[in-house]
Amino acid sequence: MPRLVSHPDEVKIVSRRFGMGAEKIDRYLELGGYQAVKKCLAQGSDWIIEEMKASNLRGRGGAGFSAGMKWSFVPKQSAKPKYILVNGDESEPGTCKDHLIFLHDPHAVIEGTIIAGLAVGAKMGFIYLRGEYRYLLEIMERAVADAYERGFLGVNIFGSDKEFQVITQTGAGAYEVGEESALMESLEGKRGVPRIKPPFPAVVGLYGGPTVINNAETIATVPHIITMGAAAYAAVGTPRNGGTRLFGLSGHIEKPGIYELPMGYNLKKMIYEVGGGVRGGRKLKAVVPGGSSTPVLLPEEIDLGMDFDQVGKAGSMLGSGGVVVIDDQTCIVEFALRTISFYAHESCGWCIPCREGTDWLKKSLTRFHAGFGAASDIDNMQYLAENMLGRTFCPLGDAAAMPTIAFVKKFRKEFEDHLNGKPCPFAKEGAPQLTVV
Amino acid sequence: MSESNGKSASKSIFSPELAARFDALVQKYPAKRSALVPMLLYAQDEVGSLTDALVAEVAERIEITELEVRNVASYYSMLRFKPAGKYNIQVCTNISCMLCGAYEVYERFQEELGVGPKGVTSDGLFSIEEVECIGACCWAPAVQINYDFHDELTPDQVPDILSHYRTKAQDKGK
Repeated sequence: MPRLVSHPDEVKIVSRRFGMGAEKIDRYLELGGYQAVKKCLAQGSDWIIEEMKASNLRGRGGAGFSAGMKWSFVPKQSAKPKYILVNGDESEPGTCKDHLIFLHDPHAVIEGTIIAGLAVGAKMGFIYLRGEYRYLLEIMERAVADAYERGFLGVNIFGSDKEFQVITQTGAGAYEVGEESALMESLEGKRGVPRIKPPFPAVVGLYGGPTVINNAETIATVPHIITMGAAAYAAVGTPRNGGTRLFGLSGHIEKPGIYELPMGYNLKKMIYEVGGGVRGGRKLKAVVPGGSSTPVLLPEEIDLGMDFDQVGKAGSMLGSGGVVVIDDQTCIVEFALRTISFYAHESCGWCIPCREGTDWLKKSLTRFHAGFGAASDIDNMQYLAENMLGRTFCPLGDAAAMPTIAFVKKFRKEFEDHLNGKPCPFAKEGAPQLTVV
Repeated sequence: MSESNGKSASKSIFSPELAARFDALVQKYPAKRSALVPMLLYAQDEVGSLTDALVAEVAERIEITELEVRNVASYYSMLRFKPAGKYNIQVCTNISCMLCGAYEVYERFQEELGVGPKGVTSDGLFSIEEVECIGACCWAPAVQINYDFHDELTPDQVPDILSHYRTKAQDKGK
């Protein structure tokens, strides 16, 4: 069972019930569960959407789009059924927050899904978990069955005239499926290749019907916003960045774990105070602030408020909240190679700039790390990555290009140190070398 | 490729429990085909890999061609056409795990088992592969053996983990 951590600076909203047995429906009810959905049934759809907008809740999957706005795009009248789709395909390296939500608070996901359904007039919701999360899927399935048994799901939910059905779904191993249109393809039983936009899912989505797709953390936050009130939730964060975030500290950090901190929390403080500093008292070399697709930050860049706008201004992204700490004994060329190998493996091959670009970058970096790079490769890698940006259906191409550009720009000297057949300056004797599959 | 038409469901290659589960699964969604990916994974869990007979029966149950089934199956990295060991050891070596010593753990597993990447032990008990992020970054380095997570591993824990699964296999065999 994954270890839970805590720190006095945490503001526990989404993680409030972690470790309290809330996966059992009676315990969830004791802890105030399913009160928010009752309030929503009384207040009606327009009120829910206004609350969501006022909460400044932005998409926790990484894009940071206003959840309330997204919901408001769904047409009121639709010939085809509308759907809610919860994205629990959590696969961005450095990210494991939804893992804990499914484990400790599955009913919050169900309750959030029902509320989203009430807001947009959908009668069916899907909760999609990545295939590797089988034990979490079983927990979700148990929770869904319990909710049906109590009449919280089905026809006439909570004794009202509303209907809401929930279906859980497993993936089978695919990062790309975390992209919303690929997710719909996968749920329709197809290869997870992206769809061209527009039309956006809010208009033409799953089975051609209007669809709201939200990250699992976003959905699990919804009942808390309804319970505490949008204004109170928004006040926890920074302007335009409501509430808290489940930040995941990993890599070379003394106290790794998932910490729930207010939006805008200082990254330096997060690493040195919350996370206890760099492992073994070593020096910090770099930080990946929000999952492997987000451009790396240097130690002098981390005195930074962690919200979507401030991290964006600093030239990176808040992303999925997965903060990966890198110490001074790490080879950045090797780190870049491992990062790009992942994207090359996960590229679905649909768009040429991504399919070919990730493969070229992987080959270049492999050669480079082995000591066979040419000086011109450094600029070529950057040029190649820059030409992938914005030229693909989905953001996977960007996700591979953005960190590569940052690694080359910010660690150029380290790339140069690998030139002319010199061995990797960070190679440890006897240690296994990265094997590229 | 065998022809799927005309094959009656009563001759299912799956256990009665799984066959019943699939009967329910295809009814669950607004479109039958949505059952495809879960069905392939659950079927693989029972059969071991996506055999010709498995593909044929899934195609028949979903009412699509075998080619379409193979086309979809080839996209997902957890689905495989060749059998793995009874216990498939999946070592995450992505960034957070790599920084915390995943390659040392991966190497130790290979040493202990005497097989290389994607190898299967001669008794068919274990197979080993390097996998991408499995969503346990804060508990790195992490390994999944079939669906079980093992967190915060060191190379020294590898022999104990292997003997745990060896015992488990023996107990099941009794």
